[in-house]
Amino acid sequence: MPGAIHAEGLVKTFGDVRALDGVDLDVPEGTVLGLLGPNGAGKTTAVRVLTTLLRPDSGRAVVAGVDVLKHPNEVRRSIGLSGQFAAVDEYLTGRENLEMVGQLYQMPARAAKARAGELLERFNLTDAADRTAKTYSGGMRRRLDLAAALVVSPPVMFMDEPTTGLDPRNRQALWEVIQELVAGGTTLLLTTQYLEEADHLAHDICVIDRGRVIARGTSDQLKARTGGERVEVVVHERDHIAVAEQVLRALGKGETTVQEHTRKVTVPVVGGAKLLAEVIRELDNRGVEIDDIGLRRPTLDDVFISLTGHGAEEDGADPGRTSADADQAPAGTAGAAGTTGTAGTTGTTGTTGTTGKGGK
Amino acid sequence: MAVVEETGATVAAAPRPRGGPLASVRDSLVVAKRNLIRMMRIPEVVIFGLIQPIMFVVLFSYVFGGAIMIPGQSSTDATVYREFLMAGIFAQTVTFATAGAGAGIADDMHKGLIDRFRSLPMARGAVLTGRTLADLVQTALTLVVLAIVALIVGWRIHDGILNALAAFGLLLLLGYAFSWIGALIGLSVRTPEAATSGGLIWLFPLTFISNAFVPSSQMPAFLGHIADWNPFSATVQGCRELFGNPQGVVSDAWPMQHPVAASVLWSVVIILAFRTLSVRKYRSATA
Repeated sequence: MPGAIHAEGLVKTFGDVRALDGVDLDVPEGTVLGLLGPNGAGKTTAVRVLTTLLRPDSGRAVVAGVDVLKHPNEVRRSIGLSGQFAAVDEYLTGRENLEMVGQLYQMPARAAKARAGELLERFNLTDAADRTAKTYSGGMRRRLDLAAALVVSPPVMFMDEPTTGLDPRNRQALWEVIQELVAGGTTLLLTTQYLEEADHLAHDICVIDRGRVIARGTSDQLKARTGGERVEVVVHERDHIAVAEQVLRALGKGETTVQEHTRKVTVPVVGGAKLLAEVIRELDNRGVEIDDIGLRRPTLDDVFISLTGHGAEEDGADPGRTSADADQAPAGTAGAAGTTGTAGTTGTTGTTGTTGKGGK
Repeated sequence: MAVVEETGATVAAAPRPRGGPLASVRDSLVVAKRNLIRMMRIPEVVIFGLIQPIMFVVLFSYVFGGAIMIPGQSSTDATVYREFLMAGIFAQTVTFATAGAGAGIADDMHKGLIDRFRSLPMARGAVLTGRTLADLVQTALTLVVLAIVALIVGWRIHDGILNALAAFGLLLLLGYAFSWIGALIGLSVRTPEAATSGGLIWLFPLTFISNAFVPSSQMPAFLGHIADWNPFSATVQGCRELFGNPQGVVSDAWPMQHPVAASVLWSVVIILAFRTLSVRKYRSATA
């Protein structure tokens, strides 16, 4: 049985740029697919094709059992779209926005009104319901946009970077809403640049780069592909880095990575907690003072870097260029990737040189 | 975030659209209502839209008033020119609806609202029709204010109220036609700013190479021909006839001899052509 969203060989070019270069997708009913990729990877183009906004050059797509290219208006009855830029009319009130969308979904005026009231309450917008959306905060606007996408409780939802630009509290709140939707049986395709978000919300993840799907699987499967766990040590004194590296090289299974400025040394390991204890003992014996130590599983950030050779957020990679060039000579100075959190420590030697190529 | 249980089944699609022209009319009215609410909440736009034609009335009637001789009239009497001028100003004012429609639609594209609309199961032309209908309401409002100002500076209707209403009908039809040109401009440019200037620039040659401000018989011959066949001139001439205002020497060109018919014909042709082009463009529009 084909999924609620099914696409085969989608190709879309804009001039010389192949925004989609043969994308296949399949989202089983009631599941969440996270479409993960950097800016310009083709995520938005894919969503625009699947939501009937854009005709692909070739390929086919079926959404909610209906052919997207042959019967776009049928598809539109069954989908909700929540965009990257909250598409609500800022001069209408929250209520007016939702009533308008309801009526354009062909609901009778009275039903649209009742539904608007329900959604405003559900999204905690009742107090602001009769203020123009112009006065809303970013989080409120995003909630209103999501409410607009849910007016008919569509069986299939598309969300294009739903939490981009939201503060952590609002992001958390939006995640809860999304999880509830999915618990209610909605099929969701979600694009995101945030690996954490895909990890948190999606059953399956498709990593997309330059218009191609370069990896797919569950979050665990993708992490396993990048390699297993590793030990990460932050030493107290810069002078101790060399000793720590020696210890980790001896006990670990693979190449060590050193990040000088954070005094962090990392090595892939096999053996879990037992090995961690051994590392601590050995470092202690050698008189190395430890600020932090831990057993880390790979994050999706690591997956991303190992798959694409660059970080998830291209903007973040740009400032890394200079340090990558400067640090070229010594073996493991991987600091350059500099995207988020752990990303910088994990790049294998092979990937560090390419982090600067972001730009466009 | 407080969450209230969904009433009934969560997974349901929109009701089957009733389809047909009725649904199309309903969708257009929903969008028109939205645009009218916006206009009321941004009154500056309407007010500036009124100031410009009022300024034109005052400037033209008092600056040019005594200098332009209307052929067939005995003197360069300023009151005669004012009566001659008013139909021209009315017609020019309604064509400015182009810029409003264009800027509005470009703004909707820019903000992602067009994407929202295009993802909804609504009639294809409704977003544009709704916009042009809202502009028609604004145009009507502008004409009322302008007519009052015109009456104050000495313009009069001489052929009865029914003919005068018919003249305003011609003007509204022309304005509606031009807002469809604006819709196409709005869908074709990248920014609202470009739509505003792109919607205005070509209106100046169009409205000045016409019989609106100066009789075409006083222009160089080739410009006079253009002016006689200018769709805009037909409406101006038709209004002068229906208002019973001075017309100057009327050219033999067919549109000048049958200005009311020519005006309706031109407007209908413009609506059909630009509505078709705009709706086609809308279906593939990308921000």
